[in-house]
Amino acid sequence: MALPELHRFTLPNGLRVVLAPDPSAPVVGVSVHYDVGFRSEPEGRTGFAHLFEHLMFQGSESLEKLAHFRHVQSSGGTFNGSTHPDYTDYYQVLPSAALERALFLEADRMRAPKLTEENLRNQIDVVKEEIRLNVLNRPYGGFPWILLPPVLFQTFPNAHNGYGDFTDLENATVDDCAAFFDTYYAPGNAVLTVAGDFEPDVAKGLVEKHFGDVPARPVPTRPSFAEAPPKGEQRAYHSDKHAPMPAIALGYRIPDPVAEVEGYLAYLVLAGVLTDGDGSRLQQRLVHRDALVVDVGAGCGLFGPLEARDPDTFSVTAIHPPDVTSEQVIAAVDEELLRLAEEGPSEQELAKVTARWVSTMHREHDRLTSRTLGLGSAELLFGRAELLYELPEKLAAITTDEVAAAAKALRPDSRAVLILNPAGADAGDASDNGGTE
Amino acid sequence: MSAPTTHRSAEEIGRTELGPRPFPELGEQRAAADLASVDTVLTNGLRVIAVRRSSVPLVEVRLRIPFADPAASTVGSTHAARAEVLANTVLTGTAGRSRVDVDTELALVGGELDATVDPERLALSGNALVSGLDTVLDVLRDALTGATYPAEEVDRERARLVERIRLARSQPNVIAREALQRHLYGDHPFAKEMPEAEEVAAVTRDDVLALHASAVLPRGSVLVVVGDVEPDAAVRAVENALGGWGGEGAARTLSPLPVVQGGNVLLVHRPGAVQSQIRLAGRGLVRTDPRYPALQIANLVFGGFFSSRLVENIREDKGYTYSARSHPEFTPGGAALLVDADTASEVTAAALLETRYELGRLGLVPPSESEVDTARRYAIGSLLTATSSQGGLASFLVNLAGLGLGIEWFTGHPDRLAGVTVDEVAAAALEFFAPSAFTGVLVGDADLLAPQLRSLGGVTLP
Repeated sequence: MALPELHRFTLPNGLRVVLAPDPSAPVVGVSVHYDVGFRSEPEGRTGFAHLFEHLMFQGSESLEKLAHFRHVQSSGGTFNGSTHPDYTDYYQVLPSAALERALFLEADRMRAPKLTEENLRNQIDVVKEEIRLNVLNRPYGGFPWILLPPVLFQTFPNAHNGYGDFTDLENATVDDCAAFFDTYYAPGNAVLTVAGDFEPDVAKGLVEKHFGDVPARPVPTRPSFAEAPPKGEQRAYHSDKHAPMPAIALGYRIPDPVAEVEGYLAYLVLAGVLTDGDGSRLQQRLVHRDALVVDVGAGCGLFGPLEARDPDTFSVTAIHPPDVTSEQVIAAVDEELLRLAEEGPSEQELAKVTARWVSTMHREHDRLTSRTLGLGSAELLFGRAELLYELPEKLAAITTDEVAAAAKALRPDSRAVLILNPAGADAGDASDNGGTE
Repeated sequence: MSAPTTHRSAEEIGRTELGPRPFPELGEQRAAADLASVDTVLTNGLRVIAVRRSSVPLVEVRLRIPFADPAASTVGSTHAARAEVLANTVLTGTAGRSRVDVDTELALVGGELDATVDPERLALSGNALVSGLDTVLDVLRDALTGATYPAEEVDRERARLVERIRLARSQPNVIAREALQRHLYGDHPFAKEMPEAEEVAAVTRDDVLALHASAVLPRGSVLVVVGDVEPDAAVRAVENALGGWGGEGAARTLSPLPVVQGGNVLLVHRPGAVQSQIRLAGRGLVRTDPRYPALQIANLVFGGFFSSRLVENIREDKGYTYSARSHPEFTPGGAALLVDADTASEVTAAALLETRYELGRLGLVPPSESEVDTARRYAIGSLLTATSSQGGLASFLVNLAGLGLGIEWFTGHPDRLAGVTVDEVAAAALEFFAPSAFTGVLVGDADLLAPQLRSLGGVTLP
């Protein structure tokens, strides 16, 4: 993939800036990635990073409550924010005439957000509705992103529920918000990305104009979240009162994506060989040949690949009918992994995965929202926005031996197994009952 | 929560010495480049729309085949079940290609292709590196003219479909959607978005082959190609691949729907629910109606985007919901306005009350100049951003084509929006957003909801 032109500079206050001009459509994307996610929230405040993300939309010194939304939308744009394990992002995508407005909006809340009791209480209610919608009131809610980490990990930062429990959310105070902002939302702890239709010199001037006087503050030392891989197979059971069928998630540790990106990418290729397309190994075996599962998926990262620092997760998930036991599913996955470890994939299997990735990268690039966010997260996590454009080549360089080695490293004696059973259903798999829930 | 160092108070954080700053004006907007396009009909009756968008070396393909149940009522009809099995197996084998061959050939050109069906149409959608356009079109040709529906694939996909239907029907959103469609349209085939498991189980391979022969037809269908390709060359490639696709008659479209009438909201019991789905519906307008742009703006002001009255009321003021929205749905020969919100059981009745209040207020306290301008600029800008990618443009165009419209509607729409007056929006708001014009369903735990909803009124309890 041809490398588009990237410009980067750092303001005196420490804000890192990436400019990615592209005149193909008269639209522009602006994002800010802050280097704090839910792994950094303290015990007793689960869900706080995400709650705080909501608060950042509730007004700042120059903007009343609701003004942010109105300004973006009356400029013809869209916006959102999201909270990840290691970062929190905010973005606007708008007609290019509104570039300065988007920069103004991000700068104003980086400089002086309004953190009020009324808005905090309102957003706690909204977040609770979000959790009801996405977790509590639906089948497979939080499967596997909330349910698998506490099985695979031991320490609070890695294991806890990033959406938070209701008690912790309700206990949040305005002073917590002030402390969190002052600690983590310093300009030196953030990356600003501008992508799309603009002149780099003009954009640079506007960035300096609006962000230049955001005062520098100390940047917190990033803690290591490293912990030892699981000893043995860790099993847990979850009962889901809305789910009509059992499900299973296997979780494994994978190499540090920052320190060993090539090592990590072998698992990304492995995921494609296992479950991407009708001809992939696990689709063929589990869905079509043995008819054990309704659907199966595998991938790096519970939010997608290259979206978090170490420690990161490789997962295999499947939903299966109740007359199939989870042991049957696990045994079939293990057999296929063993076969791959011993024989390796074919060159053609790798060529398929690589070609689909090239196409996916182009498609992500064509969607301005994903391009802007992808460049920003790559810059924040890897210090290299270019990584986005180098991925196809790096993936193509992964060998059959490396994929075989990756398959071999997904060991049954160092993994998490999460078994989800429909609550109250007659589980076909008696051996799975009686565990902790 | 204790921070590692001392921190400023929230009040200190929220102000600077300089104080509030003025919001910048918009800069100059560059127009979108003119899209080179061709819109033509092949001799076999297939309409082809090809558009050049060369931002990335890919091509997007969308084939839409009208696929209506020929019966007037779903009672006793197995069309939906046969159509689902067909969609799930049409790409699983031809004389020359197995299911795995299809996947392999597509993957090697960075491509994908899948088939989905709904009461209106069978859709085959895909994409690939632009160098793989001929491969995608050849796989498409092979499936359209020679799908063999291998017995073992039909057996497996039928069994899997039964499981998938069970999974889908456990989703509150699906439960609410099915209840709403039944409530609005009864036995009209448009309302049956998913077949029953036992209907699927009874579908045979012969049923699917017969349906393919009678309904997978080029006449009346449309193929949209968007990507890094000259439109004329794309049309030639399509003609080479699909020119030989034939069949008797034209693909079947649905008969017009009954117009949505206002009435009580039907409460659907979902035991143990901690949140309820509010789904209201009223009458809308087709895209070609001269009043449509005014109605589009009125809808935005009501609940069509974040800066709307409904979201600002029930989310940002009261915290009753995470997501509330209203949107048009274009139906055979008409349109509906849909209002959706998911709210905790304790506040469901209050959220319904506020929603009705906002419906009434839109007509009685009509959108102001500034509300209309915000919505207008959003409508114009979001059309630009949503269609700035190849995939976004292809999907938008195939939906327009399904309504009988072409790229001129898309390119002309910003001017239509620009011409809408505040009075026109007020008239549309008064006529279409009257609370009495709406009906709907509410899915939730009736044991918790009934006392409040009974008191509120306008709700039919189970």
